[in-house]
Amino acid sequence: MENEDDKKELKTVSKVNLKEDFQSSGVADILLELDNSLIGLEPVKTRIRETASLLLVDKARERLGLVNESPTLHMSFSGNPGTGKTTVALKIAGLLYRLGYVRKGHLVSVTRDDLVGQYIGHTAPKTKEVLKKAMGGVLFIDEAYYLYRPENERDYGQEAIEILLQVMENNRDDLVVVLAGYKDKMDKFFESNPGFRSRIAHHIDFPDYSNDELLEIAEVMVSGMNYKFNKKSKEAMAEYIEMRRKQPHFANARSIRNAIDRARLRQANRVFNNSEGPIGATFLSQIEDVDIMQSRVFSGGIDK
Amino acid sequence: MRVTQGTFSFLPDFTDQQIHEQVQYCIDNGWALSIEHTDDPHPRNTYWEMWGHPMFDNPDAAAVVYELNECRKVYGSHYIKIVAFDSSPGWESIRLSFIVNRPTEEPGFKLNRTEIKGRNIQYSISPYSSDKPQGSRYK
Repeated sequence: MENEDDKKELKTVSKVNLKEDFQSSGVADILLELDNSLIGLEPVKTRIRETASLLLVDKARERLGLVNESPTLHMSFSGNPGTGKTTVALKIAGLLYRLGYVRKGHLVSVTRDDLVGQYIGHTAPKTKEVLKKAMGGVLFIDEAYYLYRPENERDYGQEAIEILLQVMENNRDDLVVVLAGYKDKMDKFFESNPGFRSRIAHHIDFPDYSNDELLEIAEVMVSGMNYKFNKKSKEAMAEYIEMRRKQPHFANARSIRNAIDRARLRQANRVFNNSEGPIGATFLSQIEDVDIMQSRVFSGGIDK
Repeated sequence: MRVTQGTFSFLPDFTDQQIHEQVQYCIDNGWALSIEHTDDPHPRNTYWEMWGHPMFDNPDAAAVVYELNECRKVYGSHYIKIVAFDSSPGWESIRLSFIVNRPTEEPGFKLNRTEIKGRNIQYSISPYSSDKPQGSRYK
């Protein structure tokens, strides 16, 4: 009897409050966090917001009895290195968890090495092991185009791709796969694996950061480590970014993080050599322009 | 005759959803899950064949249900059980074990009486199905 009552109640739900759902599901928090913690990336944020509203509306429709198939949530992130693909993937996992599309919301991050075996018969169990670990959450495959190596027809990557496709299709409710990699290489990868393209609903492009955005990121990173820029060192940083961008192996935010790490090294050295007697916290956390100007980037060399 | 080994064996067979929930309970307790199968239902047959390795680090039960369905594809006519191991005492000990797959027909057990010294009788049982060699017992 109780069950029947429940059923009746379910059917009598005739109105849903989307705004309320939005707040109570915690999606609002995640989107806000996304806005605040990630600088720039406007197109990415827009796409994620769109996806989130679609999923929210889908859930509401389901409650009203408007049947729809569970949506395909597999995604592909393409963009240059250091544009925040992994960071966003982590947020996506949290988002899908709050929306109830994945049960656990953890992120399993893998590359080719974790999926492809070294000898015949090694690949399938390895790939399945990873897929099983990711079930209930999000599987993030970084530099996914490495899976497919056309120059070697006996490459085991193809086997991993086949298993991946099969599980992506049959266990759609159990896990979400996110592929990531550089734009041009990913395009080539999808061209040679049409099965992948059609099974992925959301293709999201990550644009490069502008110089201003990178400077803003640098400041956030520095304050996150409890250091400070002054006016001069901020200018030096801006100059650094401009010069670094023109040099090879530029990796957006990652290059900035490396630059800051090295600046800290030089700062520590400077503080150690110049200090006589007691020094305070301000002195220890101040990054001066000389700490940045000493970088090889300014003398024309590559800063790896 | 329905074999009633392990937990839940007097209940109707579980659906995949119910198996999923039981397994999730085990995982949430930090237990490792293993899938085992056999075609010898003798109650003293303790060590069944293992289907792959025990699963230690899957946070979601879908992984176990996935493996179970893989196992069913190969050994769909055999007994399959899910075993949960708890390592908190310092060794792996079984916390929960339940049958999730059984043959459509279970012929039951034969009672053997052996007359021994002094007209005493020694009893033993043997499954009818184990007359046939391993692998061809159930269809």
